[in-house]
Formats: sequence, structure tokens, C-alpha cells
Amino acid sequence: MIQTIAFYLFAFLVIVSGVFTIASRNPVHSVLWLILAFFNGAGLMVLVGAEFIAMLLVIVYVGAVAVLFLFVVMMLDIDFAELRAGFMKNFPLGIAIALVLFAELFLGVGAYQVGGLALGTPDGTAATAPGVSNIAAIGALLYGRYLFLFETAGIILLVAMIGAIVLTHRERKDTKPQNVAKQNARRPQDATVNMRPEVGKGVEL
Amino acid sequence: MTSVFEQWGMTHDWAWFVATIAGILLIALPLMLAVAMIIYVDRKIWAAMALRRGPNVVGPWGLLQSFADGLKVFLQETIVPSAANKGLFLIAPIITFTVALMAWAVIPFNSGAVLADINVGLLYVLAISSLGVYGVVIAGWASNSKYPFFSAMRAAAQMISYEVSIGFILICVVLWAGTFNLNGIVEAQRGHGFGIVNGFFFNLLLFPMWVVFLISSMAETARTPFDLTEAESELVAGYQTEYSSMSFALYWLGEYANVLLMCALNATLFFGGWLPPLEWAPLYWIPGWIWLFAKIFFFFFVFSWVKATVPRYRYDQLMRLGWKIFLPLSLSFVVLVSGYLMLTRYGA
Repeated sequence: MIQTIAFYLFAFLVIVSGVFTIASRNPVHSVLWLILAFFNGAGLMVLVGAEFIAMLLVIVYVGAVAVLFLFVVMMLDIDFAELRAGFMKNFPLGIAIALVLFAELFLGVGAYQVGGLALGTPDGTAATAPGVSNIAAIGALLYGRYLFLFETAGIILLVAMIGAIVLTHRERKDTKPQNVAKQNARRPQDATVNMRPEVGKGVEL
Repeated sequence: MTSVFEQWGMTHDWAWFVATIAGILLIALPLMLAVAMIIYVDRKIWAAMALRRGPNVVGPWGLLQSFADGLKVFLQETIVPSAANKGLFLIAPIITFTVALMAWAVIPFNSGAVLADINVGLLYVLAISSLGVYGVVIAGWASNSKYPFFSAMRAAAQMISYEVSIGFILICVVLWAGTFNLNGIVEAQRGHGFGIVNGFFFNLLLFPMWVVFLISSMAETARTPFDLTEAESELVAGYQTEYSSMSFALYWLGEYANVLLMCALNATLFFGGWLPPLEWAPLYWIPGWIWLFAKIFFFFFVFSWVKATVPRYRYDQLMRLGWKIFLPLSLSFVVLVSGYLMLTRYGA
């Protein structure tokens, strides 16, 4: 019974926060509703027993991606009138994307009804036994059957990361960064002089 | 605890429900008391290191100082700035406080004495601690004021930077323990050092990671020397500037609950949690939670010690330490630890 209550609570909150993500006028509120949607999505994942995916959802999306979203949205100076003017212009595109998403959903449900995915052991013979911990099962799949795909994904991400850094990096000539090694190597005798000026005479430095 | 309630004639669902509520209260209420006392301890240690007396007026040796402060704050007026985004402004401290309590669900206080004995315990801790930044960021934005906003930006950048290296450190520990379950990690530390010492700190590959973790946990909780989010010389009081009364107190309590959590993690991951420090039968006569509390207290002393003695980092130094030193270091230790384990434990 508690599972049922929890399911309807999470599902209801996912949908409500999804609606508010789109409907809020303030983009910061939108992002916060989106975070609530992620969080409740993670709750649903826990309910179906995919606790590893749930934790990853929270760590990656809520903990990192959404923070950066929020970071950017807070700093943006957004003109709401302009945003609303773009609504009609982008309406056909939006409809097209919605149709594609709906078709994918339809396909997914259809595929599930046909028989679902056969998740198996690394050699692809049998389905994972229930009771095997999530992480072990996913690890066995990723580093066994799908090793090359997984490594390829890793390399693509690495290339993307380096690409992003190269594209946004610029040499700034006007800043003076501290050279920490040089700073640490400095001794008092390099930086100070002990003068004993005579009374009534100045010091030439 | 569920079975106890079942014996009283409840159905399994209700027994579980009541047992969980009882467990939450059993953790949260002593934690609040501990936070009140630890604030007093913090002030006393800080005062002692500055050759002052510290709080000594309210109650014997000033022991009731935190409660007096709490009462004072409780009686004050909650002021909401007129330019603030009211809803978010009031929710933000609640988020900080709740998140600070949530992570305690998976900390084992004794063998099996844990509220939620889940497989992904350590990931849960990581997930919850990554939520902590929201209370700060939302507060900074909702206050609609310059200094809180600066502070929120700093907090977001700082917490994300150090979470990355904390993640890698946790992976090292998980690799060695072979499980994400915190109880399992504690058990894996039994007799780790020559069969005598309980704890991963007695391990040449994990000891450096512990040092990095200790420093990162100070940065993660925004304690001195990394308290740039509330650097009073630059940002008034940081994200808390516009807060008053109980909403301010919630930040205060949440912050110290987070510090205690980080101390508990230090103790659990590297110093054997509820295990006694040495694998010697008479030491097991002392219950596990006392050992855990002693370790938490020790780490809290280290936190206070650092707070009293180390000057604040500059912001670029903070970022340099996080990204250019800790990240490569912890990353290379992931490789080292997994390589060593492949060679010795999983080889052939």
C-alpha cells in the first residue's frame, strides 16, 4: 500500500512540476520545477528497484547539470516580452518535436508490450537474476557485453570536453595570475632589505 | 525495528511506517541536540585557541549558550525584504536544513543500526550532499540583493568543484571495500592495518585520499579556510545577509549538521566507523555508537582547530586547489588503487 501511495505521489508531482516547468513565467522558477521533476523521477526509479539509476539521476542531473542551468539562468537578463513574441515563430518546430517524442513514447510502449528488452549476463546467455545488486548487474553489462560501446562513448565525451575547452579558451594578456611555485620559492631575504639609515638622512631604494 | 511493531499486532506496512518514523526521530532529535552542543564546543575551542574564555555565562560553563541563542532567535521577527521573491526566500533555508538531515539516514551507528540499509548508501550520501548547494543558491537569488547573489555564485562554483574530487575519493574507498553500502565499508575496514588497526587510513594508497577528503569536506561545508561564501570582510554575511530569526537559525543548524555529517563520513569511510580503533576484544565492550561519536568529535575538533588557525583562501586559490591539484590527484589515485587491486585481489 505504501508503494502505491508513494507511486501516485511521485507520479503526480512529476507531472505537476513538468507542467509548471513549461508554464512558469520566470525562467528560474522553471528550472526549479524541472529539478523537482528530476527528483520525483528519481523517486519513481527507486520504486521500480533501479536505485543506482535513481542515485545517478540525482547526482548528475540535480547535483550538477541543473545547478549549472540555474547558474546560467540566474545570470541571464531575460526580456519576457521578447520570449513571448518568439512563441508563435517556434510553434511549428515545437509541434514537430512533440510529435517525434510522442512517436518514440508510442514505440517504447509497443516494444515493451511485444516482450521488452532481454537484459543478460556478459556473455549474453541468461537474464540477470533478481536479487543481484543493481550496480553489479549494470557493471557486468557495461564492462562485458557492451564494453566497446561504453569505451567509445567515453572517448566521444572526452573529445567533446576537450573541444569545448579549446573553443572557449582564450589567452588573456591583461590578467596577472599568481605563479604559486614562484611565490612559494620566495624567501624573506629576496623581498626585503635591512637598511640602517643615519639620523637625518633618507633611504635610496 | 519493524518486527517489534509487528509483534504488537500491526500489519507489515504499518509496522514499517511507524518504525521508520521512530527511526527518523531517533536520529534527528539527538542530532539537533548534538548540533546545539557542537556550536558551543566550536565556540569554546575557538576561544581557547585565541586565549579567550568563550561563552561562560548561561548555565554551568556556558553550556546552555546555544539554547539561549536559539530562544533569542526564535523570539525575533522574521523580516522578508520587499524586493525578495517571497516563496523561494522562505523555502531556501528549509531546503538547506532538510538536506542536512536527510543524509544521516544511511550512516551506520552500530552493526546494522542504520535507518536505511541500502545498497547504494554512499551514492545516496553523494546525491544528498550535492543537493545542499540549492539552499544557498536559491537564497542568494531570492534575496534579490547583491552580496547574497555573489555569495550564491561562489557557493555553486565551490561546491561543484570539490564534489568532483570527493566523488573520486569515494570511488577509491568503494573499490577497496567492494561495496557502496556504508555498513559493508565499515566491515571491510576490520583489521585492515596488519590485522590490528581498524580503518582505511592505515593504507598507503588510501591515506593520501583521506587527507584530500578532509580538506575537501571543509570546502564542501564552506568552513574556514574555505568560507568564501560568507566572507564577512567582502560579502557582509554572504547568502544569509537578508535572513533573520528562524530562517537564519535554520541555516545555522543546517550548516553545523552538515559539518557533523562530514565528520561522520570521515570517521565511517577512513577510520572504521563504529568499530573500535584497534581490533582487540575488550574494546568491543564499549558500544559501537560511542566509538563513532568519539571519532566524530575528534574530527570536529580538527575542523575547529583549522577554523581557529588557518586564514581564508583567496577565491582563485580555492579554484586552483580544487581543479588543478585535488582533481588530478584523486583521479590518478583511482587509477593507482584499481591497478593495485587488479594486481593483488582480482588478478589471475
